[in-house]
Amino acid sequence: MSFESEDTAKKYWNENIKLVVSLLTVWALVSFGCGILFVDALNEIQFMGFKLGFWFAQQGAIYVFLILIFVYVKKANALDKKYGVDE
Amino acid sequence: MDVQTLTYLIVGVTFALYIGIAIKTRATSTKEFYVAGGGVPPILNGMATAADWMSAASFISLAGIVSFVGYDGSVYLMGWTGGYVLLALLMVPYLRKFGKFTVPDFIGDRYYSQTARTVAVVCAIFISFTYIAGQMRGVGVVFSRFLEVEVDTGVYIGMCVVFFYAVLGGMKGITYTQVAQYCVMIFAFMVPAIFLSVMMTGHVFPQLGFGAELLDASGNSSGVYLLDKLDGLSTELGFAEYTQGSKSMIDVFFICGALMFGTAGLPHVIVRFFTVPSVKASRSSAGWTLLFIAIMYTTIPALAAFSRVNMIESINGTDGKGIPHEQAPNWVNSWEKTGLIQWDDKNGDGKMQYSKGEANEMKIDRDIIVLATPEMANLPAWVIALMAAGGLAAALSTSAGLLLVISTSVSHDLLKKNLMPHISDKKELIFARLAAAAGIVMAGYFGINPPGFVAAVVAIAFGLAASSLFPAITMGIFSKRMNKEGAISGMLAGLLFTTVYIAYFKFINPSANTSDNWLFGISPEGIGMLGMVINFVVAAAVCRVTAATPQSVVDMVESIRFPKGSGEAQDH
Repeated sequence: MSFESEDTAKKYWNENIKLVVSLLTVWALVSFGCGILFVDALNEIQFMGFKLGFWFAQQGAIYVFLILIFVYVKKANALDKKYGVDE
Repeated sequence: MDVQTLTYLIVGVTFALYIGIAIKTRATSTKEFYVAGGGVPPILNGMATAADWMSAASFISLAGIVSFVGYDGSVYLMGWTGGYVLLALLMVPYLRKFGKFTVPDFIGDRYYSQTARTVAVVCAIFISFTYIAGQMRGVGVVFSRFLEVEVDTGVYIGMCVVFFYAVLGGMKGITYTQVAQYCVMIFAFMVPAIFLSVMMTGHVFPQLGFGAELLDASGNSSGVYLLDKLDGLSTELGFAEYTQGSKSMIDVFFICGALMFGTAGLPHVIVRFFTVPSVKASRSSAGWTLLFIAIMYTTIPALAAFSRVNMIESINGTDGKGIPHEQAPNWVNSWEKTGLIQWDDKNGDGKMQYSKGEANEMKIDRDIIVLATPEMANLPAWVIALMAAGGLAAALSTSAGLLLVISTSVSHDLLKKNLMPHISDKKELIFARLAAAAGIVMAGYFGINPPGFVAAVVAIAFGLAASSLFPAITMGIFSKRMNKEGAISGMLAGLLFTTVYIAYFKFINPSANTSDNWLFGISPEGIGMLGMVINFVVAAAVCRVTAATPQSVVDMVESIRFPKGSGEAQDH
């Protein structure tokens, strides 16, 4: 066991889960949400030359996916350091 | 030099490059053969994975599909990129810490069961074979269109090249070859897209041109947005509005989900992340992979829209009345020769007319959208030659990655871990190479005699990955309680449901394959997501009433949840 106690191991895992769940919420929101479920409502809004819903489905969602992964990389690495379980 | 000579030259140079790299980086141990020795830098692994991921279909067909179905094509764009978020957040770092060679390795060890391992092996082999048959066909098609050889000859040439560098180089050779292939592929794809964007909207970045105003004949802004123009043209011609599409919302939702979760469960993608040196590197590598894929995947819908407007106006004219056939642009004539564009002058007025329904006189293959872009943008012959090299790079890189999964599954998961546990590393390596060779021969056979069901089985590949491997892996990481009974019954339930549903609508009763007969209106392409839900539910239920997981497995799960102490990927 690399943690000081079982308690810190639990804390580490809970923080990790919280991070993953919050990022995946955004993931679902931009793709299934903006790109599919709310697409008609968002299409009423003009964004540059795009209807906003269409932009999310064919461009925006992909940009957000990219940001999500890099945010995760940064935060997960910081979390490892905080608990001293980095490589 | 003419197009033909240039194409031979550029394709020849790229092939020589791939083979040269393979000789320099050939594998000498099973570890190098399976996971490239575990020392690939994250950015290079990202490039290699992107090349592995983007197949001949992505390169040649996807822009065409999006171009013809508009908004409905979004499922592929989001589905085939969104899966990487799941991979990065839910799987890659933990599997890297686990540190073995294959997906069946993880499932077999985590669920302390040969049965679970065997189910995973069968899924992995089946998924990879369905995929690779299409790739070999793609190689043949590119050869026949650009080099004017027979499709079969093209397949043989492709087989020889892949044989050489996959069998010799293993994962190590493949990885570095794929880095080169990514560069060739992305350059070939971006050059015509950028020129078309500049020509039509004045923007260098196709992603911006996509949302910009069209230029008029004299190069001034016309005040009409590209997409508004496209919506107008589509409705005028009787199609659904480009930005609306025609599939039902629930179907779009489920197809997108099946592709996302399927992507995250594909063995040839997951295994790539075993090749980097650490958990930290595996996380960033997933990000780099998506970046390299996104460059192409955000360009695809832009290219689709540019080409659609260009195509419609080249055929119907800017006034929509039709252009006389003898004044048709060169690309129409040159692709008519291949049969990918056909004109049938129904009303005998000598003019071409493209629309939905009776009045339509044009038959246009979707692949034209990418294949003809260099000509649409009036680009020189070397760009056309580059497209051929790009298409081949896409097909070869994906084939090689899939072959590796097949050979690893046979030599490592079936022989070493099941039938012949005492074979030496050297012997295992020989078997891995033999399996790769056998895989190429079978793939080549399917490429030359394509089964009619290739297109249909791709839906099965994603459906199976989503409904079997994805849940088994994520539960194995995020639930300590999940035991072998739960995981196996979940996988079997998901598999069975998905396979039966797809088989019924695609093979047994294809005439019933309409939205009225679908369960909740979900097409066979999207059913994998429901299969995944069934897998989770069954697994959770069975797990509650069966024995707890042994302590050693609980300890193992605890140890993969944090990075410290990860070595390089290893055998034991």
